[in-house]
Amino acid sequence: MKSLILIIIGGALINNVVLNQFLGICSFLGVYKQMKASASLGGAVIFVITVASAVSSLLYTYVLAPFGIEFMKTIVFILVIAALVQIVEMFLKKKSPGVYKALGIYLPLITTNCAVLGVALTNVQNDYNFLESVLAGFGTAVGFTLAIVLLASIRTRIHEEDIPAPLRGAPIVLISAALMSVAFMGFAGLSF
Amino acid sequence: MNKYIERLYNGIIKENPVLILMLGMCPTLAVSTRAANGIGMGLSTMAVLILSNLVISLLRKVIPNEVRLPAYIVIVASLVTVTELLIEAYLPALYDELGIYIPLIVVNCIVLGRAEAYANKHEPFLSVFDGIGMGIGFTLALTLTSLLREVLGSGTAFGFRVLPAGVEPIGMFVQPPGAFLIIAVIIAVQNAIGIKTRQRKLVDSGCDGNCALCSRACDGEGGAK
Repeated sequence: MKSLILIIIGGALINNVVLNQFLGICSFLGVYKQMKASASLGGAVIFVITVASAVSSLLYTYVLAPFGIEFMKTIVFILVIAALVQIVEMFLKKKSPGVYKALGIYLPLITTNCAVLGVALTNVQNDYNFLESVLAGFGTAVGFTLAIVLLASIRTRIHEEDIPAPLRGAPIVLISAALMSVAFMGFAGLSF
Repeated sequence: MNKYIERLYNGIIKENPVLILMLGMCPTLAVSTRAANGIGMGLSTMAVLILSNLVISLLRKVIPNEVRLPAYIVIVASLVTVTELLIEAYLPALYDELGIYIPLIVVNCIVLGRAEAYANKHEPFLSVFDGIGMGIGFTLALTLTSLLREVLGSGTAFGFRVLPAGVEPIGMFVQPPGAFLIIAVIIAVQNAIGIKTRQRKLVDSGCDGNCALCSRACDGEGGAK
């Protein structure tokens, strides 16, 4: 039990996927300047990463490993993720148009979010079982959401400040990210 | 200018994938702790990029437009798997250092971005040169970043000590925050001397760097204009 909680906390805070492992940087630094959009994207990412971790863990254990074709994992996982995003999109469009409208444009972008593939591959690398994979995926996705929502709120504030000209745009965002990363390094001291 | 040389110039300077287009930031930030890693990652990506440009360009009349993205992803994923196995067999030290970031070349925006923006519209030979140019541009940017981080953070360059013995290296630069800071400073210097990044332009037209699904917006050639 303790180790399962540790996996979630480790994924969300200690090894934060964005600030520590640099996965999903593209969307982290990209368009998500508004809190609301960031939170919506975060919700979609939590769902997709959790389900992708579960499906890829099952596929790896019951299909790839028994046939000895573990080296196919990259190809299989990326296809699973792409298909999953498609299915989620179709399902939401049909069943809950409101949520679909809110997430609409962000959903397909998740396919190439390297965090999704990154988590699936890390789970295999760490020899996680099914439950551990799902929890690690969930924890990582929560960490991602936390990072993008925090950065979005910092960015709305930066927007009103008088920034030196060369630092405007990407540099100041990267510097904010650096400071956030310093703060998150503090979680490495968490002990149980 | 010769159109092949123009492709190289475009990839290395005019549309440098990292420094101008701000694509492929994940590997740039993640593996740039040592200059040797930077070069290794850059060359691996370049190999995948050249081959994927070649294959996609050769198949550009065969692949139906509607399913082109899944097709490209499968092509790129296969090439990445081959590259990964080769690195594991012949450069085990590099394989251990780069770890999970080798398979993640599949989702590197640069690779799918070039497939969408260039290789599926141009002849194979030109596409190969486009891949070489972009690959060199990526490798140079990655080497620059990792060299700065290694010198400041460990006091060495390519493993050789460069800082005088009395100077203590600043360990933070080889930690994650240092990666963000160094890239921020490089781009700020570019801004100060008047080299504009084109990230904002791309973002405005609907692209967040996830190139596979925002084909025209990320198009370095025409879409962004």
